Amino acid sequence: MFHYTLRRLMFAVPTLFVISFIIFALLDLAPNDPTGNLPLTIPPEVREQIRMSLGLGEPFHIRYLKWLQQFFIAEPLNLIERMFGIEIGNSEDRLRIRSWATRSPVVDLIIQRMPQTLWVVGMSYVVGILIALPVGIISAYRQYSWFDQIGTFVSMVGFSVPTFFTGVVLIVVFSVYLGWFPSIYDTTHRVTDWNSFWIQVRQMVLPVMVLALYNAAQLSRFVRASMLDNLNQDYVRTARAKGMKEKVVLLVHVLRNSLIPVVTVIALGIPTIFSGAIITEQIFRVNGLGQLLIIAIQGADIPLVQTLTFIFAVLIILCNLIADILYGILDPRIRYD
Amino acid sequence: MVHAVNGISFHLDEGELLAVVGESGSGKSVAMMSLMQLLPMPPAEIASGRVNFQGQDLVKLKASQIRQVRGSRIGFVFQDPMTSLNPVFTVGYQVMEPLREHMGLSKKQARQRAIELLELVGIPAARQRIDDYPHQFSGGMRQRVVIAIALACDPKVLIADEPTTALDVTVQAQILELIKELRQKLGMAIIWITHDLGVAAGIADRIVVMYGGQIVEHAHVDDLFDDPQHPYTRALLDSLPGRHEAHEKLRSIAGQPPLLLSQPEFCPFSARCKHVFDKCLRQNPPLIAVDGDHRAACWWDPETGGPRDVA
Repeated sequence: MFHYTLRRLMFAVPTLFVISFIIFALLDLAPNDPTGNLPLTIPPEVREQIRMSLGLGEPFHIRYLKWLQQFFIAEPLNLIERMFGIEIGNSEDRLRIRSWATRSPVVDLIIQRMPQTLWVVGMSYVVGILIALPVGIISAYRQYSWFDQIGTFVSMVGFSVPTFFTGVVLIVVFSVYLGWFPSIYDTTHRVTDWNSFWIQVRQMVLPVMVLALYNAAQLSRFVRASMLDNLNQDYVRTARAKGMKEKVVLLVHVLRNSLIPVVTVIALGIPTIFSGAIITEQIFRVNGLGQLLIIAIQGADIPLVQTLTFIFAVLIILCNLIADILYGILDPRIRYD
Repeated sequence: MVHAVNGISFHLDEGELLAVVGESGSGKSVAMMSLMQLLPMPPAEIASGRVNFQGQDLVKLKASQIRQVRGSRIGFVFQDPMTSLNPVFTVGYQVMEPLREHMGLSKKQARQRAIELLELVGIPAARQRIDDYPHQFSGGMRQRVVIAIALACDPKVLIADEPTTALDVTVQAQILELIKELRQKLGMAIIWITHDLGVAAGIADRIVVMYGGQIVEHAHVDDLFDDPQHPYTRALLDSLPGRHEAHEKLRSIAGQPPLLLSQPEFCPFSARCKHVFDKCLRQNPPLIAVDGDHRAACWWDPETGGPRDVA
């Protein structure tokens, strides 16, 4: 298992380099001008100087290598220093990836946006899983019962109706008519006591529900299918013939087998938490990573787009690796080595 | 709606081995699984009947009560050892489960007993292998594990549903030997479901032949092979390879087994029977006593070659 993990990690390195090159090259090839949004009164020479100051005068390969160096060496070092309050080498001179639009380091922007995204999107993922597991299990166990039929209907709706629609419907119903929850997520809100915690919970409810419905719709179908696959297996009959309680048969024997593919799907979905839910974040004004990416794309803020995209790529590869390892842990037949 | 099993009745004495023989779809497995309510219900349904076991009617028991009979007083061995063990739990865990459930053993005691059981069914180095997973065992060894699970709580009855069908012939012989040996050691009664008359002949005390969801013949093993009554039994025996001249083609029974879409009004074997006559199509024959315990459900009498003389 250890060797397997190590080997997979080593394979991940060249993969990441290829991805980083493609991301960098594609965005560099795109017809973008960092001065395009500036007032037309600015003369071309000044524009050229701005471009030079952003480092665009260097040839492609130099800029690529510098970006790599910043991404893999400079920024991690900054993070370590920030976390442990120590100083490694000459941190002032270290070149940072800066946003063209705001001139602030990209990593700082990401760190600012991360908590909102993790809270809202991450919570919706967790809630989605917590809804999907019991719904999927009961739907499979009582296949074609009214519970299963309703579950099928709701997940079909949840999966096929886009979040920009459910989001607005929820706002109309719960914010406008009923007035239970705020329609806008206030990022500046700080949790200091029970009262402010309650406000935080209330403002999270709507965006979390919108995304959780979507996640649960997908995942519950998956859990159901996986449970159904296993419910008809011979070993289930063996477990019943041993006189095991129905609860044990279902939640130990069947569930343990059904979870193998489900856990993989859950692990593979984790990167989508970080990439944020662009549309939902827009609707509820959650200024998370999704929103950051949208603004960066609209403003042609290439370094920010490159870095965010590459972070997502790293997360996807990492979660693939985690999924593979979990697979090996859960299924003794595929323990590698 | 399929009437998979209709009006069957048989008994099992203590320590006895009853073989249930029939082709695929004859209802032998369904009949035995319904004894223990092991069929998925719904869609399966037990319309009527009784199962008397040690003074209890198993059909009337509630789910929680039948559960306490399963695995403790009646053990089950299934056909395919490759799929009848749970792939993600160790063999030891699966043997220990019924021990802890029914006998209330502690983890340590259950483990000790599991090792003894695995040794009993002839798994070498049981102490080391108890923490292995099913996929680390061969087919024959897995079937031994399944047998160990079935025997875990010293059952009075072992129901073995074609336990050797999925194994190759040498392993099959080993498992048969093991069952014979265990039966002598433990003195339990066994219901052995098989479609192999040769296997049945080797181990059974009594044989029940099933066809189309009914019992068509019931006899002690010697009587059945010496004096088969039902045309289906005779055709089955006739189709065994050893009974022909060396170069003769194997004989088969022409036609298909019946679809059991309704309660049979006529003999289910009539469509394939060489001796069919008008009465067979009008009335489904009940089990008719031929000679003591020997009973056959047939209107035709092989002694005379004509209709059976039924009062």
